[in-house]
Amino acid sequence: MAKVIVVTSGKGGVGKTTTSAAFAAGLALRGHKTVVIDFDVGLRNLDLVMGCERRVVFDFINVINGDANLNQALIRDKRIDNLYIFPTSQTRDKEALKRDGVDRVMAELKKDFDYIICDSPAGIEHGALTALYHADAAVIVTNPEVSSVRDSDRIIGILASKSRRAEKREKPVEEHLLLTRYSPDRVQKGEMLSVEDVKEILSVPLLGIIPESETVLKASNTGMPVILDPGSPAGRAYEDAVARFVGEQREMRFQLPERRGFLRGWFGRAAS
Amino acid sequence: MSLFDFFFPKRPATASIAKERLQIVLAHERAGRDSPDFLPRLQRELLAVVTKYVAVHEDMIRVNLGKAGSASVLEINIEMPAGAGSKAKAKAVPA
Repeated sequence: MAKVIVVTSGKGGVGKTTTSAAFAAGLALRGHKTVVIDFDVGLRNLDLVMGCERRVVFDFINVINGDANLNQALIRDKRIDNLYIFPTSQTRDKEALKRDGVDRVMAELKKDFDYIICDSPAGIEHGALTALYHADAAVIVTNPEVSSVRDSDRIIGILASKSRRAEKREKPVEEHLLLTRYSPDRVQKGEMLSVEDVKEILSVPLLGIIPESETVLKASNTGMPVILDPGSPAGRAYEDAVARFVGEQREMRFQLPERRGFLRGWFGRAAS
Repeated sequence: MSLFDFFFPKRPATASIAKERLQIVLAHERAGRDSPDFLPRLQRELLAVVTKYVAVHEDMIRVNLGKAGSASVLEINIEMPAGAGSKAKAKAVPA
């Protein structure tokens, strides 16, 4: 039975697309047949982050309108078996994601895939509501920062009232908090909300902590999901989060500042 | 204040300020989220009725839907201006 996961946040720029790419790649690496769908109509970016921007021929809207079939639009990832990317359209028509068309596409994908990852646009408009509508689980991407936490709370309220599961009075959407761009150093200095603070405010179970890392930008520069970079702390943190998502126990890393060697610590401080 | 504190003043931990502000604003927003859509309209109509008899301001009337155990409680608070009682009577008499 396919599981639909929405990656959402309310606020823009917190790491939804990075997370969608990493999550989809992580699940596929574990052998699950996975598709990641870009719901950000008009602001397509998942293709760039996944490095398949030159292979887009047909898109989500073409399939909804019946101009192409699913197999023509799905892009098979060249690095990872079982991973497919479903790009969106660059149209400016905001209502292009028609409800019945999306229902039909989702039903068709569910027959074929284990996991369907929906990369939500920012905001609480039509695109974001459509992305979360079919969700069985939600990954709520939050930065430890006031506006992001507030918007996450708003989107949690919307998940509880506007999703298909809420409408049909089924079991509520499973919620997972993913704290991204986390700086343990700044938390220790009292400059940044801690994991515990955010957990307490939002009261959503924590799926993972992704540390602030230069490797995230480097990965998106080259169109590679950051989870494929074995040297990246963020990549390792995403790997942990995916493992927890499928039920494995993993220690919560990256909560405390990295221990530095005596000399590096001393020189690091002197230099800063 | 020691000399050390003078040269290195302690700044308040801004994270705890952020947490407190978020808790307050979210408590407020969550309460509003669960309230039914008719409350603002009810508030306006009540205001129209009350102003027939007493000179009250828009911000002097508050309508809230709360919970007491298993029952829902519709709470209506109307703040009366000082000396409103006599005015209310005077207006009500000719009617």
